[in-house]
Amino acid sequence: MRFFPQGDADVAAMLDAVGAASPADLFSTIPAKFRKTGLLDLPPAASEIELRREYAGYAKRNASAGSHAFFLGAGAYNHDIPAAVPQLLNRSEFYTSYTPYQPEISQGTLQAIFEYQSLICLLTELDVSNASLYDGASGLAEAVIMAHRVTRKARIVVSSAVHPHYVRAIRTYVRNLDIELVVVPFGQDGRTDPSALAAAMAPGAAAVVVQSPNFLGAIEDVEGASAAAKAAGALTIAVVTEAVSLGFLRGPGALGADIVVGEGQSFGVPLSFGGPYLGFIAARESLTRQLPGRIVGEAKDAEGRRGFVLTLATREQHIRRERATSNICTNQGLLALAATIHLSLLGRDGLHRLALQNHHKASYAATRLASVKGCRLPFKAPFFNEFVVELAADPHEVNRSLLKRGIVGGLALGRLYGPAEPRLERCWLVAVTEMNTREEIDRLADALEGSL
Amino acid sequence: MSVELKAPRRAGVLREEPTIFEVGSRGRVGHSLPPLDVPEADLSKIPESVRRGPIDGMPEVSEVDVVRHFVRISRLNYAVDLGLYPLGSCTMKYNPKINEELARVEGLARAHPMQDPETVQGCLRVIWELEKSLRQITGMPRFTLQPAAGAHGEMVGILMVRAHHVKSGRPRSTILVPDSAHGTNPASAAMAGYKVEQIPTNARGCIDLGALRAKMTEDVAGLMLTNPNTLGIFEEEIEGIVASVHEKGGLVYMDGANMNALVGVARPGDMGIDVLHLNLHKTFSTPHGGGGPGSGPVGVSKVLEPYLPTPLVEESSGRLVLAENRPDSIGRVSSFFGNFGMHVRALAYIRSLGPDGLRMVAERAVLNANYIRAKLKDVYPVAFETPSLHEAILSDKLLEPKGVRTLDVAKRLLDYGFHPPTIYFPLVVHGAIMIEPTETESKAEIDAFIDAMRAIAAEAESDPEMVRKAPHTTPIGRLDEAEAARRPRLRFTPRED
Repeated sequence: MRFFPQGDADVAAMLDAVGAASPADLFSTIPAKFRKTGLLDLPPAASEIELRREYAGYAKRNASAGSHAFFLGAGAYNHDIPAAVPQLLNRSEFYTSYTPYQPEISQGTLQAIFEYQSLICLLTELDVSNASLYDGASGLAEAVIMAHRVTRKARIVVSSAVHPHYVRAIRTYVRNLDIELVVVPFGQDGRTDPSALAAAMAPGAAAVVVQSPNFLGAIEDVEGASAAAKAAGALTIAVVTEAVSLGFLRGPGALGADIVVGEGQSFGVPLSFGGPYLGFIAARESLTRQLPGRIVGEAKDAEGRRGFVLTLATREQHIRRERATSNICTNQGLLALAATIHLSLLGRDGLHRLALQNHHKASYAATRLASVKGCRLPFKAPFFNEFVVELAADPHEVNRSLLKRGIVGGLALGRLYGPAEPRLERCWLVAVTEMNTREEIDRLADALEGSL
Repeated sequence: MSVELKAPRRAGVLREEPTIFEVGSRGRVGHSLPPLDVPEADLSKIPESVRRGPIDGMPEVSEVDVVRHFVRISRLNYAVDLGLYPLGSCTMKYNPKINEELARVEGLARAHPMQDPETVQGCLRVIWELEKSLRQITGMPRFTLQPAAGAHGEMVGILMVRAHHVKSGRPRSTILVPDSAHGTNPASAAMAGYKVEQIPTNARGCIDLGALRAKMTEDVAGLMLTNPNTLGIFEEEIEGIVASVHEKGGLVYMDGANMNALVGVARPGDMGIDVLHLNLHKTFSTPHGGGGPGSGPVGVSKVLEPYLPTPLVEESSGRLVLAENRPDSIGRVSSFFGNFGMHVRALAYIRSLGPDGLRMVAERAVLNANYIRAKLKDVYPVAFETPSLHEAILSDKLLEPKGVRTLDVAKRLLDYGFHPPTIYFPLVVHGAIMIEPTETESKAEIDAFIDAMRAIAAEAESDPEMVRKAPHTTPIGRLDEAEAARRPRLRFTPRED
């Protein structure tokens, strides 16, 4: 039992000190009928040798971005992770510490969160951020509840080009609160229909939710949406699921968004089958005390030295209990650190270059695929690194045939949106990042040529 | 035992480190890309008003700068790999290294959540095997692994309770919560649209069954209880508690934050619990990461199974599939499958221990806590005489007359090289000191902690002023938290000079 540091003599001495004859005696307060006499029905303990073998077996049953040319995005992106990121995350001082309740011995974590908050503010072009939320979907649900609390209005207008999983998460969160969800459709160019949006806003809406680049890859008119929101006395919540786009596109805060919320996985976080990821949120300064979750601030000690502390805790559950701004406490601290390290490595110029390269490669791929017989780009709105292709065949079948050629293709949108959105029945969402070479893109186009 | 107070506050190798924004200079980059192998796109297709160039204010540093910066600040942290981390209710146990290695296996770490399930059978198998293990450990028939943390699990659990009542005709209005509960319990109940009412703790440190019966009406949706509770005490009357809630059609939610005391010894499912969350980052050794990621699987009884979030992994003739079409489900609660990387680790932990090891977890955790309690209760009196399990809840009652409080003891412990216990919680204990050593501490480490606690009690007698001014040896002293909240500085801004 390699994780137990007590020897037999230690156990005997400790039992003696507490006045128990055996470890079982310590559980006498549990009614006898609920005390288990036998052992759990689980396989016997495994050594590291056996575990490695088992897990190699699991890994072998997956296709992944490690084994295939990869064109899947839809809220989780295959980006480069610099070697320094996992190495630094592996510092025991970071990953085996708790939430920084004792600032005197947690300055490492606290300073990193402060730096993270500062970076999120720069990216989103807003004033304040927090220590992180669970992920994009639950983060958006928190933002919606926040907007409802601030405006005391019930109607939340959501674009149907927001990630469908996120819309479902909002539905789950708000079902029992006094919130009404109105979904407005996307228009012919792949962006949210501005007139439908304006009509749904006025009067009495609490907030509008738009995603940019949206789920179909299109760069939304956030300025237009926020103008409509403002006219209706509502807040604008902008969602970003591909955070690398912020190296090339304006932060939604500069385009009128009051709250920006999204997924930070693109910065230093492995795909890892959907988690752990990183929900980020930022807001205008006037909304600071309505933010959910932990916030770190600068402070001074008695001798005037700069340090960092958890602050504005009166918003939180451990003090405010049922009147807290959220129930969140443990968040995604280590992933916020990953993003901070990755963004530091990229820095001012590197982030911009990375974003541009994503856009160039995706644009090349779009042009290349548009020229394949049986492929059509149905939406005309500009995109960042992800776009929709309409196929002449069932996208699922296409993906199956691509898989045989070592390619994980795009996302079949028909099944996700269902019969409510016939425009997307044969549509396929393709993401291209810095990880895709020209050769892979050409191979994808050639393979499609053969299977359509 | 005492520390050398004349030693410099900052050891020579521990430097004060500026923020990442204050190091570096224009043009430095810590990242390189391959040359662009495709033609450049026409950027003018994107309106100029939404484009931007490099972001001023972002760090401009090399890889060396970044590595040194983060290694330096890491050294300002305490961590469980450095020693005892006895935060009560947090279960800061050792995080096995093999877990980290397995979570980084390429085929798992680079699998995408939107792949066709047929191409990610390995990931789904990890989820399925973990669910099966958790069912066996808790006696709960089904689980969702989607919640990202304990509080997230609480919300999911209470949403299911609500869905059940709605299906039976009306949601009911109230959730009962003991006064010793974690703050997340009432906050989670509120997110599901419930009012919260408190149940008092009795003289034995348990739920007052009489008070529960009086409040348990047919308008009460359920009771959220922590067992063992936050006083470390097993709810002896659990059978009566569950029965009185069920009698009125209510459901019992169990906060499994303290499951470390029960693994292999007793199963919530056998006690009639309807819904339970676990914290994989507590009981099942996944690292806490300085504030997450956690993972908060929720187990349910048969009654609540229809309401589990979608998607749910199911086995169908040897293949694993994602069940999406579940009409009574509360829906989705996260972007994808929750914190999968934590599932990978927790399964590895359960496999590493096996049934014998899992039982030993609870036995050793409870032994360590009781040993601390026995060795310290003469100087830090226990709040309740009732035997406790994995935690010792002590108080500052004997130090108060000397003007030394729990907070001072906690800060002075830093000088002795220990992370302090949880303090001032649960709220029902005045000056609470909540110590949870976990099973992964040796007798020697625990004895050193006991010595430190006793030395501090002696110092409170001989030099209370010094204790009140602690810590004396940390990189910074006590920070002015009131001022930080009054004039918040929540992001870096360049100083104007």
